[in-house]
Amino acid sequence: MKETKSIWKIIGASSLGTLIEWYDFYIFGSLATVLANQFFPKTNPTAALLSTLATFAAGFIVRPFGALFFGRLGDLIGRKHTFLLTLVLMGGSTFLIGCIPNYESIGFFAPLLVLLLRLLQGLALGGEYGGAATYVAEHAPANRRGYFTSWIQTTATLGLFISLGVILITRHSLDADATKSIAKFNDWGWRVPFLLSIVLVFVSIYIRMKMNESPLFEKLKSEGKVSANPLKESFGHKANLKMVLLALFGATMGQGVVWYTGQFYAQSFIENVCKIDFDQSRTILIWAILLGTPFFVVFGAWSDRVGRKWIMLSGMFLAIISYQFLFKQLLTLSSSEGKVELVDKKMINSSLVQLANGKDTLRTVTNKVFYADGMIVAETKKDTLYADPVLHTVKADVKVVKLLGSSDYWKMVFYVFLMILYVTMVYGPIAAFLVELFPTKIRYTSMSLPYHIGNGVFGGLTPFIATLLTTIYANEKLAGLAYPILIAAVCLVIGTLYINNKIDPDVND
Amino acid sequence: MNQLKRYAGIIWILLGPLAVVYLVKTAMGEVAKKPFMDTYIQWGVFIVVFIPIALGMLLFGYYAWKGEYDHLPESSADMQED
Repeated sequence: MKETKSIWKIIGASSLGTLIEWYDFYIFGSLATVLANQFFPKTNPTAALLSTLATFAAGFIVRPFGALFFGRLGDLIGRKHTFLLTLVLMGGSTFLIGCIPNYESIGFFAPLLVLLLRLLQGLALGGEYGGAATYVAEHAPANRRGYFTSWIQTTATLGLFISLGVILITRHSLDADATKSIAKFNDWGWRVPFLLSIVLVFVSIYIRMKMNESPLFEKLKSEGKVSANPLKESFGHKANLKMVLLALFGATMGQGVVWYTGQFYAQSFIENVCKIDFDQSRTILIWAILLGTPFFVVFGAWSDRVGRKWIMLSGMFLAIISYQFLFKQLLTLSSSEGKVELVDKKMINSSLVQLANGKDTLRTVTNKVFYADGMIVAETKKDTLYADPVLHTVKADVKVVKLLGSSDYWKMVFYVFLMILYVTMVYGPIAAFLVELFPTKIRYTSMSLPYHIGNGVFGGLTPFIATLLTTIYANEKLAGLAYPILIAAVCLVIGTLYINNKIDPDVND
Repeated sequence: MNQLKRYAGIIWILLGPLAVVYLVKTAMGEVAKKPFMDTYIQWGVFIVVFIPIALGMLLFGYYAWKGEYDHLPESSADMQED
């Protein structure tokens, strides 16, 4: 009874910190457009350059370095102190991003500071996950390792869920008038989710300070068997390096793309390709996450009985064969083709605003079409009416925003839920799988690197590469799916051929 | 099964360099199409990040071909014996 209570305390303390780290990491991504206006004005090429660097460098280059740096530290000084350090680093960086004056106030320093803090966030995230997963696994009984570590696996998705929730609530609660509230949010309210992080971090630090070191690491330390050079032992010795490569190419690479396709590319696709409204595209994801999250624990627990391998590979297989169909359904649901238009409800608004030069006029025409199933399509067209009759707008700025009717909304939630279900299959058992692959003395270092290359590089690049593919093959809206399908397919073959389904009965070695 | 694992190793050995060639070719095409700083950074990052991974794939294939994955270690002692 006491043992059960203690493991829940360990899971609670570890998960809370990891959850906060994911929350911190995601709010930056979720607020990218607002942050770009505050810190990275497109008119300044240097600031725009820093923006690109902040997006790419933090997510893809720095995370594996964080894994190496903090993984090594965790194998040298212990798990507890290392993941306490990553938490402080992440929380401090997030809070400080919320405090930085914008580009208009301090100029070039603003984007530079944001970039530096974003890099620190990436480093911290690279170090956190391996520590938390290792710490929980080293406390868990062998026959329930998958179940207990799966709680850590829920944190990444819940972190996204909370970040989206906090952003939506803040966005709509700054003023009674919805339009004014959004304007205030874009002006200063975006800082609230960042500043809030410091409270969460203090709570988590307080809880983690009270935790003990991992018993397996303590044992190694007391026997004087702590690794002298974890990096060399992890990647310099063929026996361990081949397992690192197997973990990357046979598991985390495919897991990463399935994860990022379900949680991030799906949302970007709904918002940018299907043209669904900002709030609705986020609430669709929120519902799907909420319904899907318990399955992390279901598949984690199930992996204790049937092994980790086939659950993870089945998730990849289902993703490979159904992504085309699922994304096609999202496109069909968002299309107004074949729907009955309510002609008498159609609204056309137009406005003329004189531009600063005092001569030309900005014309805005909003065309709102209502459909019998509740769908609303708003098309806003902006062009300039020049005083000089020779001049005319070459290409009007057209923005389409769609609001789904209730039935299609829930159908879309269902399709995204299926994608999240695949995420829970590939991601639920993976912490236990990675922990069991490596020896205690170099576990933190060895498992962190393939995890962060698989998720940070292969997974993190999914939305960018998928979007790039759709711009290269502009006529094919589903072209972006080629990347996750191809990577997951290679990983599936490697995993099937080379990975062992055996559950390690003893991670004490 | 072990034979299959070893022969598949040759595919992984080839896949690494092929991926790099495809990546560099696509990058050059895209940079030529849109010669802006954003394009340079994006494709520069892709190449810098994926080349070591492709080398890792090549090494993985080599190990597979050499039969290193015929039997996976079951304990730390197994790993030290290698």
